[in-house]
Amino acid sequence: MIHFALLISRQGKVRLTKWYTPYPQKQRSKVIKEVSTLILARGPKLCNFVDWQGCRVVYKRYASLYFCMCIDPADNELETLQIIHHFVEILDRYFGNVCELDLIFNFHKAYFILDEILIAGELQESNKKAVLRLVTAQDSLVEAAKEEASSLSKIIAQATK
Amino acid sequence: MDLAINPFSSGTRLRDMIRGIRACKTAAEERAVVRRECAAIRAAISEGDHDYRHRNLAKLMFIHMLGYPTHFGQMECLKLIAAAGFPEKRIGYLGLMLLLDERQEVLMLVTNSLKQDLNHSNQFIVGLALCALGNICSAEMARDLAPEVERLLQSRDPNTKKKAALCSIRIVRKVPDLAENFMGSASSLLKEKHHGVLISAVQLCTELCKASNDALEYLRKNCIEGLVRILRDVSNSSYAPEYDVAGITDPFLHIRVLKLMRTLSQGDADCSEYINDILAQVSTKTESNKNAGNAILYECVETIMGIEATSGLRVLAINILGRFLSNRDNNIRYVAMNMLMKAIAVDTQAVQRHRATILECVKDADVSIRKRALELVYLLVNDTNVKPLTKELVDYLEVSDQDFKEDLTARICSIVEKFSQDKLWYLDQMFRVLSLAGNYVKDDVWHALIVLMNNASELQGYSVRSLYKALQACGEQESLVRVAVWCIGEYGEMLVNNISMLDVEEPITVTESDAVDAVELVLKRYSADVTTRAMCLVALLKLSSRFPPTSERIKEIVAQNKGDTVLELQQRSIEFSSIIQRHQAIKSSLLERMPVLDEANYLVKRAASTQATVSSVKSAPAITPGGPLKLPNGVAKPPAAPLADLLDLSSDDAPVTTSDPSTAPNDFLQDLLGIGLTDSSPTGGAPFASTDILMDLLSIGSSPVQNGPPTSSFSPPGKETKPAPVTPQVVDLLDGLSSSTSLPDENAAYPTITAFQSATLRIAFSFKKQPGKPQETTINASFTNLTTSTFTDFIFQAAVPKFIQLRLDPASGSALPASRNGSVTQSLSVTNNQHGQKPLAMRIRMSYKVNGEDRLEQGQINNFPSGL
Repeated sequence: MIHFALLISRQGKVRLTKWYTPYPQKQRSKVIKEVSTLILARGPKLCNFVDWQGCRVVYKRYASLYFCMCIDPADNELETLQIIHHFVEILDRYFGNVCELDLIFNFHKAYFILDEILIAGELQESNKKAVLRLVTAQDSLVEAAKEEASSLSKIIAQATK
Repeated sequence: MDLAINPFSSGTRLRDMIRGIRACKTAAEERAVVRRECAAIRAAISEGDHDYRHRNLAKLMFIHMLGYPTHFGQMECLKLIAAAGFPEKRIGYLGLMLLLDERQEVLMLVTNSLKQDLNHSNQFIVGLALCALGNICSAEMARDLAPEVERLLQSRDPNTKKKAALCSIRIVRKVPDLAENFMGSASSLLKEKHHGVLISAVQLCTELCKASNDALEYLRKNCIEGLVRILRDVSNSSYAPEYDVAGITDPFLHIRVLKLMRTLSQGDADCSEYINDILAQVSTKTESNKNAGNAILYECVETIMGIEATSGLRVLAINILGRFLSNRDNNIRYVAMNMLMKAIAVDTQAVQRHRATILECVKDADVSIRKRALELVYLLVNDTNVKPLTKELVDYLEVSDQDFKEDLTARICSIVEKFSQDKLWYLDQMFRVLSLAGNYVKDDVWHALIVLMNNASELQGYSVRSLYKALQACGEQESLVRVAVWCIGEYGEMLVNNISMLDVEEPITVTESDAVDAVELVLKRYSADVTTRAMCLVALLKLSSRFPPTSERIKEIVAQNKGDTVLELQQRSIEFSSIIQRHQAIKSSLLERMPVLDEANYLVKRAASTQATVSSVKSAPAITPGGPLKLPNGVAKPPAAPLADLLDLSSDDAPVTTSDPSTAPNDFLQDLLGIGLTDSSPTGGAPFASTDILMDLLSIGSSPVQNGPPTSSFSPPGKETKPAPVTPQVVDLLDGLSSSTSLPDENAAYPTITAFQSATLRIAFSFKKQPGKPQETTINASFTNLTTSTFTDFIFQAAVPKFIQLRLDPASGSALPASRNGSVTQSLSVTNNQHGQKPLAMRIRMSYKVNGEDRLEQGQINNFPSGL
């Protein structure tokens, strides 16, 4: 299972954290610090796996961002690498050529997408299009609710004129 | 959801806040912006603002990611979840998963909302609830909501079904008893066509097998056929764009099914046979030029290794690993070695065939690969290949990275020790390792080496000569130096006279004074630490008895350390000098060679204490940076220091080990070597004490030793590592320079104490009381400079607990003359308001200048005579 997923920038800034194993809040920041120093220090041509505290961290760098997932030593590292790639491809399709800024300003959307890919640290959906369909369907639900609210407010505004 | 566009907008929008934070140039600016935002959000929360609740929570999530505390927003999550609309719920659940963890009690409050949402008519709201439950539910919530999730497994919507299946995984992990409730619906989900549902269901089945044996049996009977069908369909399927990854249809499903097959077939011959064909098909047909294909092959190999596979299938698997191992991609090599470690249990011979390649990987540029390869090599070592493998590793030690040397050294040492039947070979390897990486050799390893040499009388001559040569070549490796110095001290005459030569050896010419030179060089080397230097002194002392003509010279060398700032060395030096000078009669019997140590007993103890160290490693107290507590000679001996340590090892029993596991491995030898006051022991206690006896023995009659003031006035040893309290007069007596401490004692009831002593400074307190005022005490403090440079601008400060009042009178001067040439005095008036209930206590601080440079010392005084 995946214990946690982490997105860190090259400067060590956290862009996304998702915990599937209960780490207390205090320990979380310690974990983030340790893992990010471990990974940022590694050179470009080395393998994508690092042993860390009896677990294994699988990471991959895409442009300025490191995508990291911590798994059990018995899990399939190559598949985890594929899951990271799966996530990145979906982000890319959703945002259209995704960049770090998209993930900063729309961090909540990155979380919504991740929640359609992983639950309980296990894979939920291998079909990229299915994930995108589900996320956009929920986005449009929100849009609809917002429009309703704004038209309602217009009516109120007109009525109180 | 874009939170920015809202007609009622006021305050900053999420986007603006993020921009503002990103614009900050310093951490302080960022903190200020965050503080402002948090204040606004708190205000909005306390006003019960509904309109911006979701926007505020989104801001809080961002702030949380930056690492600021956001606990005050937790209740807002619950309120949003309880709201009716989808947008609120969506952000509320996200906040719940991000800001809370399952240990927080707030989470209990959400159970009811979750229950309602699980029964909602909108599938997306059900999805949100399932996702949140799957990611953070606690055992109690799992029990409460399991029936709802079970029902949702039968839902008609695939999206809900897959989420419910994954959510069940979490529930079963939290409450394994519930596994049997899920097995029926889990196995029926395997008949679905939707891949998302299939993947989730396969994972659920795997989890159920782990949780319960009944479930494992049930799924074995009911699912194995279905699984083979799924795997066959997916691996034979024609191009399916939705699931295609680099030409392979849904590698994720492949892998999950293979994993479940492994779980089901482990230890079950029928199941294993049933999946034999499909495994062979997958492992031969899968393309291995892309990561996705390799991931499948990797999983397939693991399954073949895990089940009762036919030998043909095993060969297939081992061949795949061989291909992996020679792959240029680092990732593939890494997983290959991972798998080979498991394959060793199945087929050692097959793995041995790849030994050369694996050995190459030990030298890889990537530390992850090196570590894996080293572990694998360690497993591959056996009686037949140990010599060539060790040679390879030791050769590599010469050129490896500094940061890898520690791991490598530890592995080599443990291999060499494990296969040490051939003692000569063991010694040769250890000498090489010590020469190449002596700084990384752990103490217990070289201690074991010494015990072995001590036992192997026929190899002692060879050892001392080899070590002497090694010492000449690589004098910077600390452990090598220590072992060599010890050997030269013990077996010096074998070095000089070429005693018990082996056939392979060439005779070397070493004179008596060469041997002394070697030790002297180490003693004077700037980088030698206290332990090494202490060992040098012992070695020199022993040499003075082995080589009587060098005795005069050794006396001089030893005497040079009389003024050493390290108490331990100073004391040794003084005591050893007096042995050489005045006790010729007992010298030779005192300095005999060490008796043969009980090797078996040592190994047992070492094994036990290594385990103890492992388990206590986290609780071991931190080493005080200022060095260990210096316990003086002959004072306050802890009980765990039997005299027997010196003479009879077998009676040196448990107390030493149990009293302080982290230092225990050292004690044993340090007792023998007389290097108790090492820098390595964190808490004091046992190892120091054992030296005392040796020191006592050695200082017999040399000076009027007395056991100092009554022990009761000293704080118990090892209680707290404070530099100040225990300072002896014993040392003074040995110095013969104690005049300045013995100030006239006007009030016989309160003896003068040494309140503080460091290498540089000594402070003595004498006490006076006015009759009829038991609470008030006048303390006369006298400061003495122990160094050879004058202290100027000397200022003494003191602090006392609240129940004591303190008044400091001006000091008699501010300059302390060097070399104990007179002292400065200062009087203190103390009033103890809890006289008779609490003893006096004081913290002190001395600042002064040496050659214009500022110095600061501080300490605590706990050894006030009782009754003040």
